[in-house]
Amino acid sequence: MATPEPVVNEWDRQDRQDLDTDEMVLNMGPQHPATHGVLRLELRTDGEVVKAARPHIGYLHRCFEKHAENVDYPGVLPYADRMDYCAAMGNTLGFALAVEKLHNLQVSPYVATLRIVMAELQRIASHAVAVGTYTMDIGAFTPFLHLLRDREKILDLFEWTCGARLLYNYNWIGGVSHDIPEGFVRATRDLLREFDSVTFPELLDLIIHNRIFVKRLASVGVCSKELAISHDLTGPNLRGSGVPRDLRKDEPYLGYETYDFDVCVGQGQYGPLGSCFDRNWVRVVEMRESSKILHQALDRLEKMERTPVQEKCPKRVKPPKGEAYVRSEAPRGQLGYYVVSDGNINPYRVKVKSPCFTAMSVFHHLARGMMIADIIALIGSLDIVLGEIDR
Amino acid sequence: MDAKAIHEKLVARFGEKIAGEGLAAASPFAVVAPEAIAEVALFCKSDPRLAFDNLMCLSGVDYPKENPPRMEVAYHLYSYVHLHTFALKVLLPRENPALPTVEGVWGVANWHERECFDLLGIVFLGHSDLRRILLPDDWEGHPLRKDWQDPEYYHGLHVKPTQQMAERALAGEKIGVGPFDFTPPNRSNQG
Amino acid sequence: MDATYDILHRFLPQVALWPSWLLVLLLAALPALACFTFMSLGPLVYVYAERKISAFMQDRLGPNRVGPVGLFQTVADTLKLLFKEAIFPKGVDRKLFVIAPILVNVGAFMPFLVIPWGSRLQPVDLNIGVFYVSAIAALSTVGLIMAGWASNNKYALFGAMRSAAQIVSYEIPAVMILLLPVMLTGSLSLQAITTAQAGGLSHWFLFRYFPLMPVAFLVFYTAGLAETNRAPFDIPEAESELVAGFHTEYSGFFFAMFFMAEYTEMFVFSAVASVLFLGGYLAPLPALQQIGPVPMGWFWIWAKAWFLMFVMMWLRWTLPRSRVDQLMYIAWKVLLPIALGLVVVVGGLALWPATANGFIWDRFVGWPIAIGLFLFLVTVMVRALQWNRRRAHELAAQVCR
Repeated sequence: MATPEPVVNEWDRQDRQDLDTDEMVLNMGPQHPATHGVLRLELRTDGEVVKAARPHIGYLHRCFEKHAENVDYPGVLPYADRMDYCAAMGNTLGFALAVEKLHNLQVSPYVATLRIVMAELQRIASHAVAVGTYTMDIGAFTPFLHLLRDREKILDLFEWTCGARLLYNYNWIGGVSHDIPEGFVRATRDLLREFDSVTFPELLDLIIHNRIFVKRLASVGVCSKELAISHDLTGPNLRGSGVPRDLRKDEPYLGYETYDFDVCVGQGQYGPLGSCFDRNWVRVVEMRESSKILHQALDRLEKMERTPVQEKCPKRVKPPKGEAYVRSEAPRGQLGYYVVSDGNINPYRVKVKSPCFTAMSVFHHLARGMMIADIIALIGSLDIVLGEIDR
Repeated sequence: MDAKAIHEKLVARFGEKIAGEGLAAASPFAVVAPEAIAEVALFCKSDPRLAFDNLMCLSGVDYPKENPPRMEVAYHLYSYVHLHTFALKVLLPRENPALPTVEGVWGVANWHERECFDLLGIVFLGHSDLRRILLPDDWEGHPLRKDWQDPEYYHGLHVKPTQQMAERALAGEKIGVGPFDFTPPNRSNQG
Repeated sequence: MDATYDILHRFLPQVALWPSWLLVLLLAALPALACFTFMSLGPLVYVYAERKISAFMQDRLGPNRVGPVGLFQTVADTLKLLFKEAIFPKGVDRKLFVIAPILVNVGAFMPFLVIPWGSRLQPVDLNIGVFYVSAIAALSTVGLIMAGWASNNKYALFGAMRSAAQIVSYEIPAVMILLLPVMLTGSLSLQAITTAQAGGLSHWFLFRYFPLMPVAFLVFYTAGLAETNRAPFDIPEAESELVAGFHTEYSGFFFAMFFMAEYTEMFVFSAVASVLFLGGYLAPLPALQQIGPVPMGWFWIWAKAWFLMFVMMWLRWTLPRSRVDQLMYIAWKVLLPIALGLVVVVGGLALWPATANGFIWDRFVGWPIAIGLFLFLVTVMVRALQWNRRRAHELAAQVCR
């Protein structure tokens, strides 16, 4: 029987070259403008070149999984929102889908379309923040504000619908919390029109194809397909390495199979495939694909019959004894919920597989041999949100 | 391949190391003996018909009230080649749960197993860097276990005053008043 | 400053009976003080301008609360910084910690002594003006490294080391290009270089030997961006990487001094660039040099320096940052060969009698380029205003939905 090879601890691995110069241990501490949250990176550097990197997480651990065992199923949803606070719609959607699978519930097509609209709007908003803050880390401050301008409009739409700008508690088990108000479709169309015609082309012209930006990113942090799959990189991180897998196409939920959109894959147009540029490129182009889906969903919403949004919500959520692992395509990757139910009103165990957690696990492999400026580029290209890593 | 065929293939290869199955569940699984999990995992990844090159999730679950009380580690696998899913489960005793690591098969298991160790206390033998990942390095205990009690003292600092302690304090007993032990914890064993 | 000296010569002895040494001291110190005060008020305006310009480029408003249109924002900021505690972190080298900002400011303000604001409005017309400027400006590099070292902070040290490498590397193409106007004039004096460009826009050094001198100007401008640590070369103070680079540990007024030094250096560089290439205090049309009894030289050099500063700010908020090794690559493998080539070629052309005064077509390129640039900027601004007005209408229409 073949057993797997033992793995060497990356931190202690010494690459003794001919010159044994002094190494410095640098701490990019929990408080740092570019680490996208409270992430501590211990870097062993030789001058500017990083020899080993050790990420320390857990500064934002808020015991989501323990809380989930002590509240009932609908009560888990606000906690779930707060994990990935930049893309909260996706979190509750994932949990609702998992519990609905345990319950064998099917939501009405109207609710499914609403969920898709909210999820895709959230995808645009989340990628706007991701790309904006990424360009800010690289040094260009202006695209951040241009993208946030559009994100503000999306957040206004969310506030109009359910009253919250960032943490919505919108996707309930069996339905959604609020129906869309009158004029929502028209406002969303205005937003998308301006996004498609102004913000998106400007973004491409101003920064994405900018020579300095490309030179900073195009051959940095190259992650091969095998490494990406082995370390469970999902979503834009995986598609940036050239693997054309998207849960919305492979295992469609909520009726995604009826929408017409493309899977955005990294092209490697400026350097080796799987670089930071490719991951960022996938996010940029995904914003346009989300806009496509939104146009189709809005057309359907106008023609569809409106059913009450909470008619399928059970009065007491008590799924039968069983367990399920359900995953959905959140903006940051595949968000998986392993829900174990023992027939009570509280879940027995909720384990969350967050895409950023697995993305960080590849960090110390990619960080060897980079310069410190590239470390910043790498963190931003993985698009991590510490709330999701630490839960 | 569907779940039944995968299970049959595993049984054909490993015989009685596959200790059970749950093919009717929403996510079908096979139960593997703890000491064989590394070999089974490597086979799952390397066999061309199975080709499970992706570990979607590694979860630990604590079942103290079952008969016999056990802890489970569930591996949810996915294949990017054949686009099929499957799950493996390992049943462990609640005292000193230990099983071989699979981080040589899927790199992501490194962090997943650290989290399992951190929150549940399951030891993964052969892991290159088994230390706490989410909780502080000097934390004592494994909180996700079902019999976890929140501590009252954390390194000499009183954390949870309760009504009884309030009454005792009013009666004159010195509670939460010092002298406190502020010496930093010894980190040499935590790396 | 002949005019100032005349006034002081006539005025001062009438005030009191000074001993002669005191008279000499005052005659030297008062103009210097006036110049220094005037120049140190500069950063107040530059910082406000940068904030407003960056805001408008980023579709937001910028400071608009303190004073009308936020004009007193920098005053408020300066007062706040003055009253802040100057924190000395544990382990810093106190002497170096304090001397560093002083040195940086010395290197930033001293070049003002030789910048000509008019034919008689120059503190001192050194006959080695260009040499003096490049030498004294390098003093701020020493201060920068001192700041990084004295801070007892790895990040600050990183910033200081990067900055030292960057400034030294870009000094070389800059100085090479500095030689070009010197060669065309035959003198190192800034006043002489300015007067050699007399005769209107088409005589400015920027439009000589077209296209060689414009390329030289671009090289000089890029090198200057790197020397003043402005984007896209602001690695030493890269906010998102090193928090604040070499001035991480400085707070209160020390930080204000670094800030002041940076903006003053920017202005000095812009002023020197406009003297060398854009004709200094000379007007584009000789007729505009003197409007009535008022000489307009100071206005023209201010306008040119301001325009170059505006472009610097524009670039900062548009372009991302280059990595350190890419920065070095640009300096050594791109700018330096171009600079060397230009020195050789332009020097040769200047010696050859046929092209001693430039190419034949030089006279015809100046005005078209200037007018074209002006029209381009005006078009951009007009379109931006139109877009803004249309957006405002749309937003107003959306309110009643």
